[in-house]
Amino acid sequence: MVQGSEAQTAKQILSETGAPVVMFDRVQLAFDDKVVLADLSFTLIKGHTKIILGASGSGKSTALKIITWLLKADAGVVWVNGQRVDQLTEHEMMSVRADLGMIFQEGALFDSLTVRENVGYKLYEETAMPLEDVDRRVEEVLGFIGLIEHADKMPSELSGGQRRRVAIARAMAFKPSILLYDEATTGLDPITATTVDDEIIKLRDLEGVSSIVVTHQLRDAFYVATHMAERGPDGAVRIMPASGDKAEEAEFIMLKDGLICFEGTAEELRRSADPYLKTFLS
Amino acid sequence: MFQAIERWLKGAALEAQEYVRLTMAAVRCTFTPPIYRHDVVEQFDLIGVGSLTVVLLSGLFTGAALAMQTGLTLDRFGARPVVGQLVSISMIKELGPVLTALMLTGRIGSGIAAELGSMVVTDQINALRALGTDPVRKLVVPRLLAGFCMAPVLTALADFVGIFGGWVVARFTLQVNSGVYWSSVTNGLYMQDAWMGLIKPLVFGFLIVTIACHVGLRTAGGTAGVGKSTTVAVVAGSVAVIAADFFVTQLLATLLY
Ligand SMILES: Nc1ncnc2c1ncn2[C@@H]1O[C@H](COP(=O)(O)OP(=O)(O)OP(=O)(O)O)[C@@H](O)[C@H]1O
Ligand SMILES: [Mg+2]
Repeated sequence: MVQGSEAQTAKQILSETGAPVVMFDRVQLAFDDKVVLADLSFTLIKGHTKIILGASGSGKSTALKIITWLLKADAGVVWVNGQRVDQLTEHEMMSVRADLGMIFQEGALFDSLTVRENVGYKLYEETAMPLEDVDRRVEEVLGFIGLIEHADKMPSELSGGQRRRVAIARAMAFKPSILLYDEATTGLDPITATTVDDEIIKLRDLEGVSSIVVTHQLRDAFYVATHMAERGPDGAVRIMPASGDKAEEAEFIMLKDGLICFEGTAEELRRSADPYLKTFLS
Repeated sequence: MFQAIERWLKGAALEAQEYVRLTMAAVRCTFTPPIYRHDVVEQFDLIGVGSLTVVLLSGLFTGAALAMQTGLTLDRFGARPVVGQLVSISMIKELGPVLTALMLTGRIGSGIAAELGSMVVTDQINALRALGTDPVRKLVVPRLLAGFCMAPVLTALADFVGIFGGWVVARFTLQVNSGVYWSSVTNGLYMQDAWMGLIKPLVFGFLIVTIACHVGLRTAGGTAGVGKSTTVAVVAGSVAVIAADFFVTQLLATLLY
């Protein structure tokens, strides 16, 4: 009974604006002797964007895998959607993951399944959703990313960029409220990359999805941080430069040596005088 | 030197612990919903039907070679007509189960380890987990069910074609009368032999699949790691089959006879 009301309270808190959906508190992780995350703390607010930058090997993908608890942290506390995941069993974690969409750096598409089956995987296999509804949703999502004509191909028949878009489609198909993008735009041409960025912005501003964006592409990082989507009176969605408040909602984190070496908005990052940041940005 | 031994022992203990854990999880998942029915059917087809050719061919030639060899030996005692009995007993109790299991290790053990291994190194296993699927349920259980159920069936078929191969040799090379051969095949057989011939492949099927799944899922180190896992799965699977054969034979001999 007590637990029931606790869950109620957690749900209530999470439904308010400004609620923290992902929280890292002094998370540490080392592979054997190699410390990857020395002390990582940050909070993702509902509907906001966290953009994680950092050199190759600085532990960005690792941090995302800790959020989904695919990797266990050595120490520290991790909260996702009001649940303390570091205390959950793999089985209990499944309900938390139901609200988490992850785009893996290498795509991680199931190569024995077609594009359609990949995108609808969770809906086909793990939900009781009627097949017609799943099919409709899959077509809809494939339409978003412009791959509808490739629906019945196998992943091995796609180009790298197409595979990445299928991975994005698979993560958003079941409408999770948190999306984790690991290098979603790396290796895409600028036009497709912008389409993907627009999608990230639309999901955030129109559907209220909270997102963590890991990227090397500063262009995409700044684009996502400084634009917003709005539905006009005619129902058409427009992407435009974010106004003051909205721009504050995207926050940058720079990882270096397992620690956060910068945290702030796009404007602050641009103006930073730190020599490491300057070389990274130039 | 000392440290190396200690490290090796620790590694082996960890490996054994992980193997037992995976096996127990797989057995538990087999008896609790959800079951991915589609995958189960697919694996029965892949493991059962797919292995038919190799298993039948190896059974046929083993039976034939056995008849040839024993025929020559039996001649020295003037006992050529009982060649059928020797072929059927050796095939059903020993050669059928072991050779089929070894063929299966080569064919499905390696396949499973390679498939699961490449799924590990390309993050597909992580993707499954992130999408709310338990990889043990989705990947291990269907393979385990198929291996466990199809190994006895394949073994029975191998036994049969082996005895048939023996007949071909007995009839056309050793000039033993067909009626004599077939009656000697059934004469020497007891119910216990049939039991032994069916229980062994159950154990082997279980071992081959669980070892291959364990090795595959613990793959590390990219594509090179997948190759290594495949080799380990075949080697460990074969040794396990032969070792288990000894223990199961001994156990069943005391229990059944
Ligand atoms: N399974 C593993 N075993 C051992 N070390 C690992 C493992 N996975 C990652 N690492 C190490 O952890 C560090 C961080 O890896 P991670 O993949 O998080 O980097 P990243 O910031 O995502 O880099 P990139 O930008 O290149 O994707 C790397 O130095 C890597 O060598
Ligand atoms: Mg990475």
